[in-house]
Amino acid sequence: MADAVAEAQRATFTAVAREQLPWLYSLARRLVGPDRAEDTVQECLIKAHRGFDGLRDVQAAPAWFRQILLNCVRDRYRKDAGLPREEPVDPRPDYSLYRKIAEEDPWPYSDSVHLDFLNSFSEDDVWNVLDRVDPKYRAPLVLVHMEGHSTKQVARMFGVAQGTVLSWLHRGRKHFERELWEYATERDLLADPEGAPR
Amino acid sequence: MISCSEAVRRLWEYLDKDLDAPERDRVDAHLALCRRCCGEAEFTAALRDMLQQTRGPQLPSDVEEHLVGFLDTLEGGSS
Repeated sequence: MADAVAEAQRATFTAVAREQLPWLYSLARRLVGPDRAEDTVQECLIKAHRGFDGLRDVQAAPAWFRQILLNCVRDRYRKDAGLPREEPVDPRPDYSLYRKIAEEDPWPYSDSVHLDFLNSFSEDDVWNVLDRVDPKYRAPLVLVHMEGHSTKQVARMFGVAQGTVLSWLHRGRKHFERELWEYATERDLLADPEGAPR
Repeated sequence: MISCSEAVRRLWEYLDKDLDAPERDRVDAHLALCRRCCGEAEFTAALRDMLQQTRGPQLPSDVEEHLVGFLDTLEGGSS
């Protein structure tokens, strides 16, 4: 009898977990990068499997799995950081991509150089730029601006104050802006011999 | 009147509606008078939209196969 119950639970776990795989991977890929996404999802599945009895309502499975994944991501960030580091001083807290584009003016003949700049990025490019942002600042950027969570929710997910998330977000956005420019120049997104922005 | 750099520093929070009322009013007052910062606010809104509209990466089929296999081993390992 107990075996039958355990069997049914396991079958449900597998079914529920399988449904979460696409978006769990998608979130992990953006939070820890392509090389570690699969490992992180596996860690999440191990923990979810151990704690599956704690999930009372299958409807709540996405939020439940997300929280487990975020715990795994947080542990990974901590491990990677090694010894506690001092928060580095942001060298250019007022960096403005808007002004950088205006100064460098990659397409002088265009009336919409700023939007042309953004349009030159494919989805792959955006993910690649996100990978270059410091993980601690990347997570709130993804959760707030791509996944639509509020800063209050993200603060709860990471067990920190809302002000901390706001400050991570600020740095993350500025870092993201700087990396967009760097990436565009490295990958020649700005160089177009025909003179027509993509 | 706040400076341009102060207004720019608050643009994302302004667009996210994360500023308190007095701060929001200060940014509003600045944007009403400063054309360059208006352009920057529009650009920041477009940048925000770009992030929002970027879909998450798809689960590659080989990774999906691994993960489904992994779920099976979890199931097998617990019995």
